[in-house]
Amino acid sequence: MILDGKVPSGPLESKWDRHKFTMKLVNPANRRKHTVIVVGTGLAGASAAASLGELGYNVLSFTILDSPRRSHSIAAQGGINAAKNYKNDGDSTFRLFYDTIKGGDFRSREGNVYRLAQVSVNIIDQCVAQGVPFAREYGGLLDNRSFGGAQVSRTFYARGQTGQQLLLGAYSALMRQVNGGQVKLFARREMLDVVVINGQARGIVTRNLVTGEIERYAADAVLLCTGGYGNVYFLSTNAGNCNVTAAWRCAKRGAFFGNPSYVQIHPTCIPVTGDYQAKLTLMSESLRNDGRVWVPKKAGDKRPPDQIPPDERDYFLERKYPSFGNLVPRDVASRNAKVVCDEGRGVGATGLAVYLDFAEAIERLGENVIRERYGNLFDMYDKITGENPYRQPMRIYPAVHYVMGGLWVDYNLMTNIPGLFALGEANFSDHGANRLGASALMQGLADGYFVIPYTLANYIASSKLESVTTDHDGFKEAASSVQERIDRLFAVNGSKPATVLHRRLGKVMWDKVGMARREAGLKEALQEVRTLREEFWADVKVPGEKNNLNKELELSLRIADYMEFAELLTLDALHRSESCGCHFREESQTEEGEAKRDDANFAYAAAWEFKGVGKEPELHKEPLKFENVELTQRSYK
Amino acid sequence: MEQMTLKLSVWRQPHRNAPGKMVDYTVKNVSPDMSFLEVLDILNEDLVRQGEDPIAFDYDCREGICGSCGVVVNGVAHGPQPATTACTLFMRHFKDGDALTVEPWRARAFPVIKDLVVDRSAFDRIVAAGGYISVNTGSAPEANEIPVPKDVADDAMDAATCIGCGACVAACKNASAMLFVGAKVAHLTLLPQGQVERERRVIAMVEQMEKEGFGACSNEGECQAVCPKEISVARISRLNWEYTRALLKRL
Repeated sequence: MILDGKVPSGPLESKWDRHKFTMKLVNPANRRKHTVIVVGTGLAGASAAASLGELGYNVLSFTILDSPRRSHSIAAQGGINAAKNYKNDGDSTFRLFYDTIKGGDFRSREGNVYRLAQVSVNIIDQCVAQGVPFAREYGGLLDNRSFGGAQVSRTFYARGQTGQQLLLGAYSALMRQVNGGQVKLFARREMLDVVVINGQARGIVTRNLVTGEIERYAADAVLLCTGGYGNVYFLSTNAGNCNVTAAWRCAKRGAFFGNPSYVQIHPTCIPVTGDYQAKLTLMSESLRNDGRVWVPKKAGDKRPPDQIPPDERDYFLERKYPSFGNLVPRDVASRNAKVVCDEGRGVGATGLAVYLDFAEAIERLGENVIRERYGNLFDMYDKITGENPYRQPMRIYPAVHYVMGGLWVDYNLMTNIPGLFALGEANFSDHGANRLGASALMQGLADGYFVIPYTLANYIASSKLESVTTDHDGFKEAASSVQERIDRLFAVNGSKPATVLHRRLGKVMWDKVGMARREAGLKEALQEVRTLREEFWADVKVPGEKNNLNKELELSLRIADYMEFAELLTLDALHRSESCGCHFREESQTEEGEAKRDDANFAYAAAWEFKGVGKEPELHKEPLKFENVELTQRSYK
Repeated sequence: MEQMTLKLSVWRQPHRNAPGKMVDYTVKNVSPDMSFLEVLDILNEDLVRQGEDPIAFDYDCREGICGSCGVVVNGVAHGPQPATTACTLFMRHFKDGDALTVEPWRARAFPVIKDLVVDRSAFDRIVAAGGYISVNTGSAPEANEIPVPKDVADDAMDAATCIGCGACVAACKNASAMLFVGAKVAHLTLLPQGQVERERRVIAMVEQMEKEGFGACSNEGECQAVCPKEISVARISRLNWEYTRALLKRL
């Protein structure tokens, strides 16, 4: 099937404004007659639930955590982009749009990205009004810094805790609606299925994580704001509870999955130390404003960094990319770190790390300035590694961080299932094959504050929605399939904790579907994933009770879904024989070793339709049309 | 690197209304680079293998920012290291053979759900009562319209870094939530945007705090000592001042 992204026609600059005018509205008095389910309370979910509550809809808001304030958006460090041009350095809506399209290696939709750049400025206004304490200059106005893939300063920040402050802003707006009764909050609930009736999404089935009860909730629309699936790699910078389950349940009910192989591997993370490790910790990209990345010129040079003289160091990003230097996009920085480590020039005990050095910046600006800019990040590094980055360079290595892939949505953020919307990292729409730094916060809040309030109204006003209760057969069927899956897991009663199998799955994915992919490895990975899935269902051990808080059961249910989803991710990576952005196929590279696209054959978004576990999914294509930018080989030299 | 063996004594409680007790475990092969929660992870993997119910504890980001985790280690909320959450408490600060007691937050307003997991929804209800600036989406003025002096913005940011973990309550002999409430009130009151609702906010939050069963402050300062974000007890003085001021203005 050729998919239509439903991007409005007409000039790029006026698409969204005209679309807003042509979409239908729901009269304020009628909004309270409509119930909307919002799953997830990160930036996308909290901002959507709060905004829809303010408009007068009945909102049911769900989180797997004990409080919406803990959603993983909170861990975002560096900042949020907006085309304010406060720095007078040549920024504009079109430049933010262009940088994002180019950063995504020309694999995103022009219309969506332009809209994102347009509303970026409104996000900053909204957050400041909520009391987000952004960094300021002495004159009292907002400060900015630079991020990768851009030559302007357009990143707004609150120390190294921008995600925390933006989320607390959205959370406070959400709690205000909870207080007013417009939003009902359901904490410690995990969505385990979506209910589709007459082809429309009409509700969800959740597990109450405290009592174990399987619960049903009906609505006129379901918004999935459940984040990304980076934890399919076991080790990532994602929080422990981030998972693919909600999105994968939707995929199994017919929602197409877009570009699942587009996984961002972030260049600056604290390296792995041992097998016991539960997660990896990011060191913000903002550090590359002042930190210089280097390795020794000689392979196997084991001298401590302060004993390697300057002319024996290779500042490889500055050498290869003089115009962007240390601020090249993430995919480029990650791949280059891998290359120098593969050459035997990596540092630290494992040889899987490069230096991120602040010595020069500290000398130029003084330790106090560096402490003011990055103090909490330096402290975090010190705490985790026991090393003081003011005195010796940080050691960093790439790690799985963010997924550009997600549920396929049209311009209105609606999946191919009417009434099922996906926002934020859970959708696939805006970042193409590589997301630029400080753009995830922007997209989550754009979707929730400024897009969904319009497009949801249009859906409700233009759809025939029959009255549905949770006694409907669709709910009964979904609830019993959830119950059956839980019973099946307990019944295996094997010998291995699910985490042990998850760790092995992660290793397969990292080694063969990670930073560099090739056909043979991908084919091996497919086979290994299938074998692991069989082993999982034959030998997993889930202890405890089903009618009680049972974290092992929660984990096992999610890992069971990874065992299915990993196959789709790998298949997508295998089918796309070009390289683009983060998806690097070794067979397709330029002479300089950069990702080489194949626009003639792959200028489309891949949307996969689930056909059964272990069965070949069906590929649908949405052709990507570029009317306002010229497709070029990305260059950051 | 040298591996350690630790003796853990952990609070086990099957559910909210069941009695609990301390149960002893020995954990071998603890690496100094492990976090405290990773020690619980490897213990749990062993328990699962033996078919026993693993120890329930809350966690999420494991980098000290989400506020999910929180256990009392050897009588101190989040353990012995200053400015640290349980997830960023590394075992290099302990030595081979150490004995550790591990308990949940204990406070009337934070009932235990299971083992080390407690119900902190009282904090959400305090924020819902007034911990916000009422501004609907779309109605905000241009961001640079109201300048905020840098030192004021920095001070507000210091207060806003609270992660809502509840250690302040757990450390306080009165189970007072005044550091948590004081931090939020300070953050929003310092900023010009927060002035309009200044009085009603502090009154609503304090009233909800009392309704939830948190105790009063008696100036012990334990809250500041355990706060992973080093929020100052001066925020409590400010809270008292703001509350009194609001009450007087209301007269």
